[in-house]
Amino acid sequence: MPKLAIHADRSASGTLRFPAHPIDGLAGTSFKHQHLPSILADGDRDDGFFEVHAENYMGAGGPPHAALARIREDYPVSLHGVCMSIGGPQPLDKAHLGRFAQLVERYEPALVSEHLAWSTHNTTYYNDLLPLPYTETTLRRVAEHINEVQVAIRRPLLLENPSTYVRFKESTMSETAFIREIVRRTGCGLLLDINNVFVSATNQDYSALEYLSDYPLEHVGEIHLAGHAEQEDDEGDRLLIDSHDGPVADDVWRLFDIVVDRCGPIPTLIEWDSAIPEWPVLKAEAKAAQAILDRYAALQRERKHANA
Amino acid sequence: MQTLRKCHPETLDGLGYPAGFVHGLLDPDCPTPALVAGPNGKAADKRFNVYRNNVTVSLIDALAAVFPATMRITGEAFFRAMARFHIRKAPPTSPLLFEYGRDFPDFIEHYEYAQSMPWLADVARIERAWLDAYHAADAAVLEAGPLALIPPERLSDLVFVAHPATRIVRSAYPAVTIFSANRASDPVGRIDATAPESALVTRPALEVEVRLLPPGVDTFLDGLIAGEPLGNAAATASTCCLEFDLSAAIRMMLEAGAVAAIQQGG
Ligand SMILES: [Fe+2]
Repeated sequence: MPKLAIHADRSASGTLRFPAHPIDGLAGTSFKHQHLPSILADGDRDDGFFEVHAENYMGAGGPPHAALARIREDYPVSLHGVCMSIGGPQPLDKAHLGRFAQLVERYEPALVSEHLAWSTHNTTYYNDLLPLPYTETTLRRVAEHINEVQVAIRRPLLLENPSTYVRFKESTMSETAFIREIVRRTGCGLLLDINNVFVSATNQDYSALEYLSDYPLEHVGEIHLAGHAEQEDDEGDRLLIDSHDGPVADDVWRLFDIVVDRCGPIPTLIEWDSAIPEWPVLKAEAKAAQAILDRYAALQRERKHANA
Repeated sequence: MQTLRKCHPETLDGLGYPAGFVHGLLDPDCPTPALVAGPNGKAADKRFNVYRNNVTVSLIDALAAVFPATMRITGEAFFRAMARFHIRKAPPTSPLLFEYGRDFPDFIEHYEYAQSMPWLADVARIERAWLDAYHAADAAVLEAGPLALIPPERLSDLVFVAHPATRIVRSAYPAVTIFSANRASDPVGRIDATAPESALVTRPALEVEVRLLPPGVDTFLDGLIAGEPLGNAAATASTCCLEFDLSAAIRMMLEAGAVAAIQQGG
């Protein structure tokens, strides 16, 4: 199978303003500005990467750009869009797409991703990752949107699977079938959010393992791990909420182990976006992921050696 | 049936799902959309409530992040109730949440339960200007050196380029004093100020700075920012304010980094 050029080591223009830090096999964390002094102080530059929400860097200047430029000097960065509304039927916001492409150009991120979801309808922005029906009609529209993004950023996009709480009655295919077909039509890569898999599987009453066996793992360029919260649905059963406000659940770590065993050490991010802990706590969570990645990297080398 | 049609417009082409989904997000009177369900025949009310809650809470949180002093003054419960009214009336129209809340100070000004705090809207205006300054384009500020080289007789013809971060907020109340006391982490003591105040908001490097402007300097800087020559701006400020002190005003303008360069007359 041809290997997807998911990581770009240089910008499309060929000018390289930041060092080309490789991201393969690394664990990373969400970049929070309050952590910057601690990150720089502990000086542990030999590993790790940081992921930023693209929208936070779409202002003209000021401290956000200064912080991102500083971190990008020393570490690989993953640019994660949260509101392109790729999963909505209306045309993409051209101004927003332009800003997104500009960030890709300016910061030369190692990874670029967006969500299979929508957040804008007409002119209102709802600030949430809202779900879509999985049908031939929506598939065609989503594929067009991804192609448009990939043309604008001049590289493949990683598409992230959502956490969902409802299903659409009009859906005619499974989420995995939908994603598989999107990959086939657009050549995009995938960001596999394993917490989202676990949350959606619990909420939609299917098996996370079955989801993973139907999912095109060979196209995964990044993994997300995060914490979730628990509520109840109308019937009093467990309803999981993709809250990103705590440590990664044991069930999610177990699924991570299985995925890494199958795919090898893929760049893995600990997402922690609210109730944000001190840097050492977040860093420890990333180190736990790194240990698992390293174990499978060693195993992969052994397997290769044995085959040689 | 009118309500139901508003909440769930019918769609025929398979691409109308957002219209069927969004009304209930900000309107608690709309029922769970008919186009969604739980698995295996389960209900979707609490499930849909997750989206309602995500949207409402995250937008209230967004306003709380932009207006922390305003929230400190009103208390959290009051602020969140006020913000909830606002997000239902005026949800964001841009995915950039740091642009959100521009209409919020006007909303506060007319908010029934905030009428006893007539200065609250102006505190919010300073906070909104603070965030605009924070995200404004980076630019060097005009230093005293180049200005000192200008012969005195040519000073009055000078026209300046405002620094991209510079904002002036005028208040009929002591809004700057109230803002400063409530943005700091120290406990807020008694505030005795009663006079009208104007704020100068700048960001000469990476830190946003908010200054209380002496009398007339707001008019003077407003004139300069609008592109008036220094002489005109100073004359207008002196006419409307007898205490206006031009050299102190220029010193403050330079110290705050309010202007980026001399545009002409240099
Ligand atoms: Fe994620």
